[in-house]
Amino acid sequence: MHPFCENFPFFCIMLSMLSAIISAVIGGKAAKWLSYCVSAACTVMSAILLGHVLKTGESFVYMVGHFPAPWGNELRGGVLEAAVATVFSLVMLLSLMGGERHIFADIAKGKINLYYTMADLILGALLALVYTNDMFTGYVFIEISTIASCGLLMIREIGRTTIAATRYMVLSLIGSGLTLIGITLLYDLTGHLLMSNMQASIAALVESESAAVPLTTTIGLIAVGLSIKCGLFPFHTWMPDTYGYATPASSSILSGLVSKGYIFLLIKIFWRVVGFDVIKSSRVLDVLFIFGLAAIVFGSVRAIAQGDSRKMAAYSSATQIGYVFVGIGLGSEAGFVAAIFHIFCHAVTKPLLFTTLGALSDVSGGSKLFADLQGSGKRDPLAGIGFTVGALSMVGLPLFSGFISKLLIATASLGNPKRVLPTLIVLAISVILNAMYFMRTVLRIYRPSDRRDRPERKHRVTFACSVICLIGLNLFLGLVSQPVTDALELGLRMFS
Amino acid sequence: MSRKIKSGIKRWFSAEDIYLDEFTSENVHRTEKDEIYVSRKNTPMKDPEAYRSVLGSKKIRRLYSVFAVLFCIAIITFMIITVSFLPRIGSAENAAVNEVMERYIEKGVEETGAVNFVAGMILDYRAFDTFGESCVLFTAAACVFILLRAERDDDHPNAVQLQEDDRYFEPKNDEILKYTARVAIPFMFIFGIYIVLNGHLSPGGGFSGGAVLGTGLVLYLLAFGFEKTERFFTAKTYKAVTTTALCFYCLAKSYSFFTGANGLESGIPLGIPGNILSSGLILPLNICVGAVVACTIYAFYVMFRKGGF
Repeated sequence: MHPFCENFPFFCIMLSMLSAIISAVIGGKAAKWLSYCVSAACTVMSAILLGHVLKTGESFVYMVGHFPAPWGNELRGGVLEAAVATVFSLVMLLSLMGGERHIFADIAKGKINLYYTMADLILGALLALVYTNDMFTGYVFIEISTIASCGLLMIREIGRTTIAATRYMVLSLIGSGLTLIGITLLYDLTGHLLMSNMQASIAALVESESAAVPLTTTIGLIAVGLSIKCGLFPFHTWMPDTYGYATPASSSILSGLVSKGYIFLLIKIFWRVVGFDVIKSSRVLDVLFIFGLAAIVFGSVRAIAQGDSRKMAAYSSATQIGYVFVGIGLGSEAGFVAAIFHIFCHAVTKPLLFTTLGALSDVSGGSKLFADLQGSGKRDPLAGIGFTVGALSMVGLPLFSGFISKLLIATASLGNPKRVLPTLIVLAISVILNAMYFMRTVLRIYRPSDRRDRPERKHRVTFACSVICLIGLNLFLGLVSQPVTDALELGLRMFS
Repeated sequence: MSRKIKSGIKRWFSAEDIYLDEFTSENVHRTEKDEIYVSRKNTPMKDPEAYRSVLGSKKIRRLYSVFAVLFCIAIITFMIITVSFLPRIGSAENAAVNEVMERYIEKGVEETGAVNFVAGMILDYRAFDTFGESCVLFTAAACVFILLRAERDDDHPNAVQLQEDDRYFEPKNDEILKYTARVAIPFMFIFGIYIVLNGHLSPGGGFSGGAVLGTGLVLYLLAFGFEKTERFFTAKTYKAVTTTALCFYCLAKSYSFFTGANGLESGIPLGIPGNILSSGLILPLNICVGAVVACTIYAFYVMFRKGGF
């Protein structure tokens, strides 16, 4: 008999799904409150679970149903899973709260409840991706989050979002397809779908050296499939339109959470399915490393060229995905810790940027162009402060979370003599480029202008709560980073 | 001849390019004010020349298509080489022949109570996956709602006229279709219900039976029009049926998962394998899935036809 809190992963997933189903038939406001309650409940439950696994120092498996693992389905909880689930649920809540005004303004009245349905579905699917110990379950929930993401996009019915959603869907489905082929090949090779059994079979296969070619292909297919879905360079082309035109809450959820869920699944597959030693000896990490570096540089350069603030933030997302993959590509435990820390950092910073940019454009006549944003930081001081904090964090100023993650990546690179130089050079370049486009925007929003718009009172409280919480989280990750990285290291050790 | 082919290819590529360019439109319009309204408001698209200038010269575009074809061929070759390394299907050395398969086949009937042990596998052993699958269906249906649902505007000054027009353009009630439908539809419904109810005994189940039922509903609508179907199937019916079915699915399975995970007895009798009332939760779950699938197929048709019930 295991402690009751080990039921929480399962409760979180089922609760999100149930609330999604119920949201489809109730009114918009009721759906909103249901969604808030569910994501808050998930946050609390995941946090309690995190405390529990930190205390016991051991991961646990949870049998879903009456049949044990290779026959039935299984969830697995450890420090990493619980921590990621806590961050995801909390950021989901804050993104929805921060974008509330726009959700009610951008979306047709009869469809607002469907927006919250989609958000709940995404939360449930992400939590399932985080906790699953079974490859096929992982694939099923990848599908849910893909389709629901398209829904989040096109629910703002302007032509641009329909086009963006089509494009996102095509690329994302190619990614899912490659991943599915990879999973099928893995099943053919190992005869299992459960992660731990797969790992044992793969270790045996590697030892006998009988299946080197299909194994490499499989790893490649899964890695490419999932990196298309999370928008690693050169597959980032869906990002600008997607993040640029969706309602701000959708942009926050898609960039802060959904793409991070896929990266976390990839890390999980690397450690729990293929095995860290096999991955290290394969060339896949080198490829991911190179594309990560390219993403950092190209994303920053394209971000500088934008005249539209939301698209600038979108290209900045491409850059941040690059950082995560550089961390992964370093091929060491420290590198993975850095990557996961950067996932957290970006998950709390990007929603802050998108939320505040939405509010800043509200006091600038609804325009997202830099020229019109002039002085908006003074017209809406809270949004201005929030944007500045987010920008400073992305640039990598001490005190904020972005600094720590860059520091972690740089330190991790020292352990790998071949990759020190490229990592450090690209980090230096990217800091300069980031500073160029983010500081330009910060200066722009505080320059004097003639406009005198005031922010609307409606939905202001939730917006303020969301921005303050996100700033707080950012500072927390920046100031109290040591316990977080310790926990992540412990979690990674539990993984292998 | 060759010129003809050449110009054909050229046209094909250029048409494709315009199509592609709509999607790579980020440099064309910088402000949100000139949104391209493609879906609802039918404003004509901006001139294609502007789009064409985005991708650069024709040479590059042609080179791009050549590379795309070469790339695809390379990937296909690579995949075929990979497949040649895989174990043969049906051989005893195949990795998939292991304890998992053994238990499904040998103990499946005994443990799940379902004679059709595919049903036992998807609705009992790996029911969590199948719950995810039915949620995929629900997500897809909700997305179609988001995309196609048009609000019925009762405040419109010509509301009555508009609705009459809507009826006017419905398919005319073709006599041959009507008679065929009158004969076929009862059998379709009975067959669909049979497949759903016998899902645990014979091949079939909620998904396939639901598809038959849904098709029957669509045929009924085609033959007799909305006026007849609205008597028993409106947006409210759709919502009530799908929500109840999915909620029941979610709650029943949660109960079973929860008791299983905590080592409690679920108290759901398995019955005698082969009886219609057997195999625990599989029968009610099949009915739920069947109801959801049937309603979803019908709703898809209605959405694509006029964007609402």
